[in-house]
Amino acid sequence: MTSLEAPPRLLVGNLGRPRTLVEHEQLFGPMTSPGDLLAMLDSSGLRGRGGAGFPTGKKVALIAGERHRHKYVVVNAMEGEPAAHKDRTLLSMNPHLVLDGAEALAHLVGAHEIAVCVARESSKAIDHVERAINERARRGRHHVNVELHTPPGRYIAGEESALVHWLDDNETLPQYRPARPTILRIGRGPVLVDNAETHANVALIARRGPQWFRNLGTLEHPGTNMVSITGGVDRPVVTEVALGTPIRDILAIAGVTQTPRALLLGGYGGTWIDGRHVDTPYDNESLAPIGASVGAGVIVVLPAHSCGIAETSNIARWMANESARQCGPCAFGLPAMASNLADLTSGRGRGTSVIELRERASVIAGRGACRHPDGVIRMVQSALTVFGDDLAEHAKGRPCAMAAHSRFVSVPRLEREDELVWE
Amino acid sequence: MRRRPDAIALRVDPIACDGYGHCAELAPELVTLDEWGYPIIAETRFPPHRGSIAHSARLAVRGCPRQALWLERVAQ
Repeated sequence: MTSLEAPPRLLVGNLGRPRTLVEHEQLFGPMTSPGDLLAMLDSSGLRGRGGAGFPTGKKVALIAGERHRHKYVVVNAMEGEPAAHKDRTLLSMNPHLVLDGAEALAHLVGAHEIAVCVARESSKAIDHVERAINERARRGRHHVNVELHTPPGRYIAGEESALVHWLDDNETLPQYRPARPTILRIGRGPVLVDNAETHANVALIARRGPQWFRNLGTLEHPGTNMVSITGGVDRPVVTEVALGTPIRDILAIAGVTQTPRALLLGGYGGTWIDGRHVDTPYDNESLAPIGASVGAGVIVVLPAHSCGIAETSNIARWMANESARQCGPCAFGLPAMASNLADLTSGRGRGTSVIELRERASVIAGRGACRHPDGVIRMVQSALTVFGDDLAEHAKGRPCAMAAHSRFVSVPRLEREDELVWE
Repeated sequence: MRRRPDAIALRVDPIACDGYGHCAELAPELVTLDEWGYPIIAETRFPPHRGSIAHSARLAVRGCPRQALWLERVAQ
């Protein structure tokens, strides 16, 4: 429990409203231009907080090394994941921390434009960002131009290449990048895209140094991570924990005291893990052996009285609908998998549905332009393992009693269901 | 003298591809179609200038109505 007692770093001092620029500087101190921020980021071991967990220092170095007059820094606060609320929470408390980080990175890579991207549906977060940007503009240190952008908040709109596509050409569609890592571009100008929480961490590392950053977290995955806990909990919360904290202790914050049936980690394209792994430390190295990762900091709790197949089916159906429908394997494959799962949930499906589902998963994997289908496949495949017992019963036409009304994973209402491409 | 690439492989841009399926006809050694008619391309690497595979691969690239296929140089 010691790590939990450590004070939060990003979600510090809740005023019930966003901190003003003056209050912000009183609390965190003024932002001084640090010496060698790139070296500091490298030795801090900071990894992106948006899901992929790529080392931030490496990514920044890639863009800094590009020779171009027009470079861009993008703050990704789209948060299209229905179970994630961390970026909005951060912006509702310390928006200037995010903007500090973005300005420091812009200075580092030589960018003159910062685009802060918030989904157009998140009206409160938009207000907070607008107010913060105006406050800084009145302060009048204009070496960088900060602009708010509000793309439509579809799930896929937050995917980095789709977001850059929007900024470049007003389309929230992912781009095909055969070679990785690829440098995304607006016009011909290189773009550095980082999650809002990553930017906030950069602001703190710039102030307090890499050694301070490593005081919390693990050697391989240092620092803190914001976690959104939803599902079968008494109170859904967004909290900040030191990486490496046992999952059980994190769940306790949301009032979960009993061992859950299962947990969905990372996001809706994440991994189901069995409830008995609840003592696993919450960091990427510890989660890797059970096939999971911290991802975007999403934890969905599935209590004992629930049906994992029904929940998985529900998520898969929604994720299929969220496909950008650019690539055949994703546009046709995901609805086909969702329909297999729907059959299994209701008891109409048989063993052939399971075989078909597994085959489709392996056929679709890796064949989209972005990682959307791969995420869904990972989620479904982990469900087939974790809920293996249930699955066997469902496949014999005996769906569990909970299947009909088990709805712990919240999924937005499908707005375009009639357009779903079923097989 | 410029060195020739060791090997090439057939690749598809999944956004450009509309599932016409011509590639599976033109290069059956390399391409099969999934149940929705989209190509599954074998990871086969082949020498660029000899052999029937290279010939079929070039036909597939030229024959794609969406120009979604290309040949990529890869290390052997």
